[in-house]
Amino acid sequence: MQEKVKDGPSSEFQVVGTRPVRPDGADKVTGRAKFGADFSLPGQLVGKVLRSPYPHARIKSIDASAALKLPGVKAVVCRDDFLEQSSEFIPAGEMMINYRDVVRNVMAREKALYEGHAVAAVAATSAVIAKEALRLIKVDYEILPHVIDVVEAMQPDAPLLHEDMFTAGIEPTPKTASNVAKRLEIGHGDIAAGFKQADMVIEREFTTKPVHQGYIEPHACVASVSEDGQADVWVSTQGHWVVRAHCARLLGWDIGKVRVTAAEIGGGFGGKTVVYLEPIALALSKKARRPVKMVMTREEVFKASGPTSGAHVRVKIGAKKDGRIVAAEADLKYQAGAFAGSPVQPGAMCAYAPYDIENVKVVGYDVVTNRPKVAAYRAPGGPISEFAVESVLDEIAAKLGIDPIDMRLKNAAKQGTKAAYGPKFGPIGMVETLEAAKTHAHWRTPLGKHQGRGVASGFWFNIGGETSVSLSLNEDGTLSLTAGTPDIGGLRASLCMMAAEELGVPLDKIRVQIGDTGQLGYNFLTGGSRSTFSSGMATVEAARDVMKEACKRAAKLWELPDDAVEYSNGGVRPAGPNAGKHAPMTLKEIAGIAGKTGGPIVGYARINAAGAAPSLATHIADVEVDPETGKVSVIRYTAIQDAGRAIHPSYVEGQYQGGVAQGIGWALNEEYIYGDDGRLQNPGFLDYRVPVASDLPMIDTVIIEVPNPRHPYGVRGVGETPIVPPMAAIANAVANATGVRFTDLPMSPPRVLKALDEARAKGTAKL
Amino acid sequence: MAKHHITATVNGDPVEFLCEPQETLLDALRDQLHLTGTKEGCSTGDCGACSVTVDDRLVCSCLMLGVEAEGKSIRTIEGMAQGDELHPLQQKFLEHAALQCGICTPGFLVAAKALLDKQPDPSETEVRYWLAGNLCRCTGYDKIVRAVLDAAAELRGA
Amino acid sequence: MRYEAPSSLEQAVGLLAAATGDARVLAGGTDLLVQMRTDILNPELVVDIKHIPELREIKQEGGGFRIGAAATGAELKEHPQLKTVWPGIVEAANLIGSTQIQGRATMGGNLCNGSPAADSVPALIAAGAKASVVGPNGRREIAVEDVMLAPRKLSLGKGEIIASFILPAKAKGSADAYLRFIPRTEMDIAVVGCGVCLSVAADGTISRARVALGAVAARPLLVEEAGKALVGSKLEDAALNKLDAAAGAACKPIDDKRGTKEYRIKVAGVLARRAAAIAYERARKA
Repeated sequence: MQEKVKDGPSSEFQVVGTRPVRPDGADKVTGRAKFGADFSLPGQLVGKVLRSPYPHARIKSIDASAALKLPGVKAVVCRDDFLEQSSEFIPAGEMMINYRDVVRNVMAREKALYEGHAVAAVAATSAVIAKEALRLIKVDYEILPHVIDVVEAMQPDAPLLHEDMFTAGIEPTPKTASNVAKRLEIGHGDIAAGFKQADMVIEREFTTKPVHQGYIEPHACVASVSEDGQADVWVSTQGHWVVRAHCARLLGWDIGKVRVTAAEIGGGFGGKTVVYLEPIALALSKKARRPVKMVMTREEVFKASGPTSGAHVRVKIGAKKDGRIVAAEADLKYQAGAFAGSPVQPGAMCAYAPYDIENVKVVGYDVVTNRPKVAAYRAPGGPISEFAVESVLDEIAAKLGIDPIDMRLKNAAKQGTKAAYGPKFGPIGMVETLEAAKTHAHWRTPLGKHQGRGVASGFWFNIGGETSVSLSLNEDGTLSLTAGTPDIGGLRASLCMMAAEELGVPLDKIRVQIGDTGQLGYNFLTGGSRSTFSSGMATVEAARDVMKEACKRAAKLWELPDDAVEYSNGGVRPAGPNAGKHAPMTLKEIAGIAGKTGGPIVGYARINAAGAAPSLATHIADVEVDPETGKVSVIRYTAIQDAGRAIHPSYVEGQYQGGVAQGIGWALNEEYIYGDDGRLQNPGFLDYRVPVASDLPMIDTVIIEVPNPRHPYGVRGVGETPIVPPMAAIANAVANATGVRFTDLPMSPPRVLKALDEARAKGTAKL
Repeated sequence: MAKHHITATVNGDPVEFLCEPQETLLDALRDQLHLTGTKEGCSTGDCGACSVTVDDRLVCSCLMLGVEAEGKSIRTIEGMAQGDELHPLQQKFLEHAALQCGICTPGFLVAAKALLDKQPDPSETEVRYWLAGNLCRCTGYDKIVRAVLDAAAELRGA
Repeated sequence: MRYEAPSSLEQAVGLLAAATGDARVLAGGTDLLVQMRTDILNPELVVDIKHIPELREIKQEGGGFRIGAAATGAELKEHPQLKTVWPGIVEAANLIGSTQIQGRATMGGNLCNGSPAADSVPALIAAGAKASVVGPNGRREIAVEDVMLAPRKLSLGKGEIIASFILPAKAKGSADAYLRFIPRTEMDIAVVGCGVCLSVAADGTISRARVALGAVAARPLLVEEAGKALVGSKLEDAALNKLDAAAGAACKPIDDKRGTKEYRIKVAGVLARRAAAIAYERARKA
């Protein structure tokens, strides 16, 4: 196990595993880097969106005539400006979406389905005029009753959002429409028999609230459509090819006519894998014949871009006296917001994935409610289900008198374990993270007054996907690397490092950029923790392509067969029996002869990256609870996770720490607060409480490396797993400190104090 | 609406711009002076991405009117490096990987510099509380705090 | 919108008194600009008072202090004597928002914004501060606890501005403290705020006590019963329990996105005890 813990650069590699300064760093610390709202075009107009003030209403008519007459208003768009779409599900990151729903989310058609739903938009010569124009648009709403709670929405008499929603996944298909879009079920074995064998069975219900990804940069784009129909979009996004596809589809334009450039992105976490403003800006630009810039306010971000689901989860686990789990069951009810597509499927997949359980059954429901359509949020669905499972496991361990880490070790999934969702795992690092936790100094440190410690594990499966990369050898031997997955946190550094490692050239001889959609073949978006994995794999392939071509050119020059030349030490030389016959040539010298030996040397990779492997984690959290106010402070935190191979350890650590911070916020203070009127009461960072610097301790990290055999460097995606364990780690720590188990998030002070007081009355509180 | 003509100093250089009375200093910096390094994250003073100093005082530029800049000396992220040389804070942020997406970074750098200009030897707690008005969603603040403490040490030692 | 930056109180008062539409005073702007941005307010006239000397100065006067209504929290903290004499007030003003907010926010604005949860107000009330108000009819002084009537409703007339706050001379053996409860460590609006000012005799007996609570009623409250509970005691448990009960009894809180009624009542008592303990310890050293 010790060898698997990364504590310094590997002796195997020159570059991979070190910590160079990122190539896009200087621009980011000087303010030069251009994010979505930093780009402007001459003559651009300001676009603004009119949003429904009602959570549920039929839109009877829209009259923009007064707005169009206002001087300075150059265009107005509404539902008529977007093409009707038939129902078709397509993958979007780790979720499935339906174009019929996409077009309606971008611009309401028959109904406004949440407060903040876009109903119309204007482009005007100034923000002041645009705002005034919105006030002049007359919308005739027929207000309908609304429903915002997931359990209420599932009741037969709940207000109905979609008259044509008949629950999928039930045989026979129901004849009555409902708000349940889908029912799914995964598992194996015999649950009933399993529970019969158990010595202890614990069943608990949990609720979580919707939480927002909370990126600091609001959605922003600039769109410009020429008279000949060629369109350009500059946007901060996690996937510009996806933006291109959605915009083309919604507007009925050729994909090739739309070019999308990815700006630097100020946080996404899954929330920028979908379109909101881009199709609107394009439609406005086309009508106005001028560029249109659109930037969401923070209030719009909260009201009109997707948070993740709130949920109701029931978990039932049965174990033998020795801690072996014999049966595990879960019911997940996730709310999707206004349109189908909550992450209940990945939530179901992940719930029990860290464990080898003979009998397991997870049932999930995807339920629509009058809230903004949920979007992916870092390991979508996973933190919710795994919070519930890890809490119940902790309770079982405590009641059986077994150390919670030992309990997990006893049941840990390993290579060859069949996951509840189907596949057999290749090598995975679950055991390694648990053992590292057990021997970590944190686990042994004594606790003080009112303090408690909790541990939890977590799983995320990670994805591959379509990826294109181009690597050009420039005339002077430097290289230009163009990748297509937007860099949301250090990707360019890692790609540069892998290329430099392969080619044996110094890092600063490679300049890396994220290309626009006109410059490369298709790239699926940055999500699913796939960019270092997939673009890395493609970069390695492109680099090897360059190396091969370099050998061929030298072979031509030396009049040797291609395979008689080998690449070594940043250049080429004759191999085998011909060794020594010619002096080696550097890559720079090869570049010099490129023209006369056949033309430019460019390496390409166009792949559908396969072989993405799961990343497992175990976290330890210490909390201190103020017994008189119920305030929970996180005083120490250690995140241990398997990265496969950490290309740039600082950025891997950064992913661990960032996910932990978001998980802590989700556990303690973040939640969407709605009134009975279906309106959001906290659409701002004042009352939507993300952790601030003084809320958190240093977040210690341990990088485990159980290489992924399917990647040339052993990489596993790492970005999502870190947000999975914190909620349970904190809840388990609070239970350890107080004797009270929390099943409803967030554990904000009023809730904690109330539960403490109730436990004190019953005599079960520890403080 | 008549615009006000404002004369001020930005990053040591004299500047002039026109702005409407209700425009914020942030709007003026970004839209009139084209200094887009200062970011808008919330426009309610809750995220710190718009941090600048005005007469050496750390403020949120989204909570000042452009007209209030008259006669003031404003410093933004664009004025932090000295020619080719990054400020030690900028350098340490890079070395410690104290940024991932980078949108909060200008605000943090301006705020951290304001701290070190006033308190050259802050404790970890002082750093965290000083920077509590700067939100970061990517890093969990760990590497940011380490970078600031390291830069402080270098500035003291150098 | 019209922006004016008068350099004298007379000019400022004149502008505000003559205004026909909605006219607002601009000090730090940390509340006003937010309300303008979110379309809660759409003033026709904004009067920037930061160019008026009295409003910006902090000076010792008559044994006490006169603090300009537009002095910032950061300036209060940097004043060499103020934080030694009135640590509770300085701390309270510097709990508002963030470092950036404290660089601009003023106690005048904090009070006149009319939020029951304003942080500096309970500390000012506990200290017995008075607001020096200037208007078309001249100058008058009113107790800080009488300025706010209800959320967003002040007892000031048209054209009246708070020019400065007057802190009385502080007796020997007196000290103040302010605590607030928020769910995070910074950046939140107070769920409960409590200011306490105590005078303690040489033998440890409390001779005077003023206790003020914020965020638990329609305006910040001076809780006389809470003060009475402490007078004559040495902060023993019995006195602290009476204090806790009196604080809770004074609350007329609401349920909102920041806290429930029950929670506020409980925490009011907790903070009162804790703030009294801090003030007591400071007073014994003063």
